[in-house]
Amino acid sequence: MSDLLDLTGAQAAEQIAAGGLSASELFDAYRDRAAADELNAFLWVAEGAPNVADGPLAGVPLAVKDLFCTEGVPSQAASRLLEGYRPPYTATAVRNLAEAGISLLGKTNMDEFAMGSSNENSGFGPVRNPWDTARVPGGSSGGSAAAVAAGLAPWAIGTDTGGSIRQPASLCGIVGLKPTYGAVSRYGMIAFASSLDQAGPLTRDVTDAALLLRHMVGADHCDSTSIGLPDPVELPSAESLEGLRFGVPPQLTGGGIDAGVREVFDAVLKRIEGLGGTLAEVDLPHAEHAIAAYYVIAPAEASANLARFDGVRYGRRAGDVADLVSLYEQTREQGFGDEVKRRIMIGTYALSSGYYDAYYGSAQKVRTKILDDFRAAYEQVDLIVTPAAPSVAFGIGELTDDPLTMYQQDFCTVPFSLAGLPGISIPGGLAGGLPVGIQLAGPAFSENRILDAAHALERAIGFDGSAARG
Amino acid sequence: MADWEPVIGLEIHVQLQTRTKMFCSCELSFGEEPNTRTCPVCLGLPGALPVANAEAVHYALMIGMALDCEIAPRSIFHRKNYFYPDSPKAYQISQYDIPICGPGRLGDIRIHRAHLEEDAAKLVHAGASGRIHSAESSVVDFNRCGTPLVEIVTEPDVRSAQQASEWLRLLRVTLRQLGVSDVNMEEGSLRCDANVSIRPVGSDELGTKTELKNMNSFRYLERGVDAEIARQIAIVEDGGAVTQETLHFDPRSGALSSLRSKEEAHDYRYFPEPDLVPIAPTDEMLERARAALPELPAARAERFEALGVPAAQARQLAFRAELGDFYEAALEGAEPVALANWVTGELVAQIGDRDPAQTNVEPAALVQLLRLIEGGDISASAAKEVLGVLVEEGGDPAAVVQERGLGKAGGDELSAIVDQAMADNPDVVEKIKGGNPKAIGALIGPVMKATKGTADGGEVQRLVREKLGL
Repeated sequence: MSDLLDLTGAQAAEQIAAGGLSASELFDAYRDRAAADELNAFLWVAEGAPNVADGPLAGVPLAVKDLFCTEGVPSQAASRLLEGYRPPYTATAVRNLAEAGISLLGKTNMDEFAMGSSNENSGFGPVRNPWDTARVPGGSSGGSAAAVAAGLAPWAIGTDTGGSIRQPASLCGIVGLKPTYGAVSRYGMIAFASSLDQAGPLTRDVTDAALLLRHMVGADHCDSTSIGLPDPVELPSAESLEGLRFGVPPQLTGGGIDAGVREVFDAVLKRIEGLGGTLAEVDLPHAEHAIAAYYVIAPAEASANLARFDGVRYGRRAGDVADLVSLYEQTREQGFGDEVKRRIMIGTYALSSGYYDAYYGSAQKVRTKILDDFRAAYEQVDLIVTPAAPSVAFGIGELTDDPLTMYQQDFCTVPFSLAGLPGISIPGGLAGGLPVGIQLAGPAFSENRILDAAHALERAIGFDGSAARG
Repeated sequence: MADWEPVIGLEIHVQLQTRTKMFCSCELSFGEEPNTRTCPVCLGLPGALPVANAEAVHYALMIGMALDCEIAPRSIFHRKNYFYPDSPKAYQISQYDIPICGPGRLGDIRIHRAHLEEDAAKLVHAGASGRIHSAESSVVDFNRCGTPLVEIVTEPDVRSAQQASEWLRLLRVTLRQLGVSDVNMEEGSLRCDANVSIRPVGSDELGTKTELKNMNSFRYLERGVDAEIARQIAIVEDGGAVTQETLHFDPRSGALSSLRSKEEAHDYRYFPEPDLVPIAPTDEMLERARAALPELPAARAERFEALGVPAAQARQLAFRAELGDFYEAALEGAEPVALANWVTGELVAQIGDRDPAQTNVEPAALVQLLRLIEGGDISASAAKEVLGVLVEEGGDPAAVVQERGLGKAGGDELSAIVDQAMADNPDVVEKIKGGNPKAIGALIGPVMKATKGTADGGEVQRLVREKLGL
């Protein structure tokens, strides 16, 4: 590993701007690594360095989750149904970053249509975790997380619906931030669950997360649910947690958390106190229903969002069909993977006449209760701290026959997603040689507070992720 | 035999003539090459998001106010899910349980609701039938896809096909007056479906209804509804029961054929559209819509009636806004009832469907013409001839009268002509003398012929009586 590849995104940007680092040299170094990727983290890698743009991030390569549309470049949501699809336009978040000067390095593997927590649901094969290639990197942004952890890219962006940035960041020992819903435009992100999807950065450190976020956010006239952030994203500098109150919810930190994870979590709680932060128990009485509500709402929205993949206009089209209905059925039967089909069926059922109130209606009520829980909690504390995932990386194939256990992978993150609230996962340490992520979450639009606290904690923990970069 | 009362409700789709589509910035299409007015949003490409058209919302508010509807302080969009190639997202964005316009009224028919939605694409089927079944191939033109629509739903207050057609005319002229649509039934910018049922006269209950589609003219609406009423009465009087179904009206044969039965009805799985924020009209938006409302035809007709104009003429003047405008321009200085009589009678007879402003007759000229009649200077039949000249050539009525010698015959000249007529018809004179004053009529014809119609019939009668000492 050369020095070049040890630079964080922020450091690389600084050196390129100062003239001490050649953008094309940096790009080629990453391009070569990404092209030789043995983790299956990339689905497409750029052929050569694009012209270096101006801007504060000029010349720094970026890995982009395959869920983002990028003009003229394969954008398949890791689905066989969209195999070879090259959209005519670029997602706003990616365009914003391109305007800041980044170079598109490649498109990263993911769970098909962002549905999964292990990256095993990709139509193009699973991604391997660089810490142990027999294990999963988490999901659905597993390719982005693995690429950053393995040093195949200086940084990446992903999307988080119920934990799809934070959980893989946790399993890969990197930083992953899910912003407040509406902070980043969803325009051009292939939709999974529209009321939950949110783009965010996956990076080696907290400063990089802040820097990428700064150039992603903003209200977008193409997304009426986007509002940006009220204040500019600051680069974090805090070294202490003095004056900050941290809430620890028993519902997300007790039962269901593996012992090794709990050990790391407890050590981090001590560090928080050591840095001057105070701890208090906060009650999230409805959090235990979050996974159930999530697995009604997200599939319901997905059942409509994925209905457009019908073989008529783009992507795969089943051949040799007798009529229109067969075209639909065969295209979707051949193109979608099992998990996607399962969720479309769950969602279709939940919205059906006669079942809507019992499922979708009830789930929305739970969602409101969870939002109320957080409102009350954030009157008592400034941030909430939990593990980012209940376990370390598990083995490839270990949970594939057990969807309900797989769904529990997101139980620390899903309540925050349902409430649209921001959260970050930072590496807290190792358990059995595998990374454990710690989630710091805050009220809506508290990204700067979260980043500052995460920065102070990151310094104190001093996690070394270089082992995964080989 | 029981007497049956038809119960009819109408559903009207109005294409709004905004500059751009409902949810994207594509301009509306007027016969452009297929698929030239499209973008990622209206093509339903992966990742694209809708944004509501503010002008369409403005037009919907104007329509709601014109129909005396309650305007919802907050309304939301829903997704209506169905698979068909005319719907690229496989759902239509519409409004469901909270429409922008609630209950209202137009004329004698109550409005149930009016809501915003998007139009579908146009399918063209190659093959003999012109329909999708048995088509050799089908192509889709997305130019129309996403055109803003307002759907207006009435209460089942209509009691006959003729009433339906008359009320639809009132709605059409109201919408035209608002300037929100070009309301052309043949071109589909105004489309009307009818829900039809029958019940025994005196019953309060609603019978099983059928929905009639594809009646794209006032005449077809009347024929379709009449045919359906007759069909239902025949079924019930034959001891059968009407089944709930959707019927397609074939204007060529006048036949109704079933499109789908209740069992085949779609489950549209409506749910709130997560990509759009609610419509919450501000005071400024409401004020702007209110300020944009012109005087509406129903109110205008009432105003004309208050001047003494008979109801039928008042409606004719109000419902053809250009006639009303001409009428009002001439109103100062003319007697309102006589003027209405001339505009709706002789003027319409001469100009047909033309806008009087596009002919050469000035409102002031018609006023002068009426004064000539009133002053006894010309006869009614001569005045019609003068009006014809004014319409085609324009000019001053008095000058036309003089040029063409259309002044009323009178004095010695007329007296001599009457003498001649009496001399030519001694038998008629004998009858009159014998006590049959009606016989005078037989002398008027020859007098008119001799005076080229410029004589006044009453004056001729008076002269004959005077000459005979009656």
